[in-house]
Amino acid sequence: MLSTAGCGLSRPEAGYGLEAPVQHHRFSPYTFNGGTVLAIAGEDFCIVASDTRLSEGYSIHSRDSPKCYKLTERTVIGCTGFHGDCLTLTKIIEARLKMYKHSNNKTMTTGAIAAMLSTILYSRRFFPYYVYNIIGGLDEEGKGAVYSFDPVGSYERDNFKAGGSASAMLQPLLDNQIGFKNMQNVEHVPLTLEKALQLVKDVFISAAERDVYTGDALKICIVTKDGIKEQTIQLRKD
Amino acid sequence: MALASVLRAELAEFSPNFPKNFPKNFPKNFPEDFPDDSEGIPEILRDPPGPPRVLAAPPWGFEAEPEGPGLQILHGTTTLAFKTPHGVTVAVDSRATAGSYIASQSVRKVLPIGGRMLGTMAGGAADCAFWQRLVARQCRVQELRNKEPVSVAAASKLLANLVYQYKGLGLSLGTMLCGWDKRGPGLYYVDSEGQRVAGAAFAVGSGSSYAYGVLDRGLAAAARSEEAACELARRAIAQAAHRDAYSGGCVRVMHVGPEGWREVSHHDIAELQDKYLEA
Repeated sequence: MLSTAGCGLSRPEAGYGLEAPVQHHRFSPYTFNGGTVLAIAGEDFCIVASDTRLSEGYSIHSRDSPKCYKLTERTVIGCTGFHGDCLTLTKIIEARLKMYKHSNNKTMTTGAIAAMLSTILYSRRFFPYYVYNIIGGLDEEGKGAVYSFDPVGSYERDNFKAGGSASAMLQPLLDNQIGFKNMQNVEHVPLTLEKALQLVKDVFISAAERDVYTGDALKICIVTKDGIKEQTIQLRKD
Repeated sequence: MALASVLRAELAEFSPNFPKNFPKNFPKNFPEDFPDDSEGIPEILRDPPGPPRVLAAPPWGFEAEPEGPGLQILHGTTTLAFKTPHGVTVAVDSRATAGSYIASQSVRKVLPIGGRMLGTMAGGAADCAFWQRLVARQCRVQELRNKEPVSVAAASKLLANLVYQYKGLGLSLGTMLCGWDKRGPGLYYVDSEGQRVAGAAFAVGSGSSYAYGVLDRGLAAAARSEEAACELARRAIAQAAHRDAYSGGCVRVMHVGPEGWREVSHHDIAELQDKYLEA
């Protein structure tokens, strides 16, 4: 889509003597499609959740465009940012997963997918994929693992991470409730699946209240050793 | 078919001949023979007149910083390292910022290069992680070929020459390579501008000025023992975190000695500040 990022060059029309500056509408290959993704790692589970709204500027293109993509039986990736790059990136990851499976006769582990994604993103260092990725899944020991990325491939393993348009609203709340930051005299209880699910729902309901790009519905993927289960919860549609 | 060619392009960068055969049709006398194929391109997509500002620009123009709305890459912040008779003491903070948002307070800014060398991260997080990992791989290959651990001078030169090829394209890398080789402790500062300089003490990043203030004052005393050196390093990072908004999180102190590198301590800056501000 053409984006009107005017660069303000002025070109006086030769021969007419007009001095009015003309805004040059430069083509931008990127646009921002909104959306929020959240991943939480537990002792033996991992939750990856995203809203399903696809927007651009003041419009909503779709209310049913989830941002979680299943990669293997143990790994889910959430991608927000520019939807075109999200689609291409997930296609490339899926192709690379198949190639790995054919040459190595085994499925890629969550950590390996994260390391591979880092190099895929960095290979486009000078024309980046405008995608904020969060990978959630189980590691080789069966524990929950969350890996968060920046658009050019810097990554880190976390216990929980929020990405996308409402990330700055969700992350502090998670730091407090799951990381027990800025709390005194509180017992650090390990997170159960039920509590984590409730937290995810509450947190997205709050995000939908205050972020225009988040809303419509919430899709949750729960990764356990028994596979991946999905849930959909309705959010505000305004 | 299109996806396969994209994938081949992705994988080409990791072939052993990279970057010798990248890009294939790169003009030899830049910028005189830079191809001007703008006749068929609509006005709105053409380059502005004049020589291209940057190497290898795509037809729609090129920005050193990615220009997507809100596209922000992570940057890292205060790191320091200094030599002592016992080895090299390295200390880093752990904050990563994307614009004014603190993306993470737990980034590992020290990247091991083999068992005897460490590289620090300041500037673009992805740039530092990627190029140091590549250098680590090349160092390992060199060790296998020469049956001898690679020297800090050689590793830093490899890194400097790698990033120099991308000078001007917007890489942001300010790293210190710290190690112990047959010449004793080695410390080099390498950055994406092409600088490579050996020294006895460096502080790199947005909080480096504050760190230098504390570091320079205590360097002579720090040579006494490893304990004193680590305490000085910790104090310097804590001071930088206190004054620089883009530094914080926790302090990680590492030490590289003749037997290799090890992590000495890991403290949350909030706790350290209680301790230091009282004194």
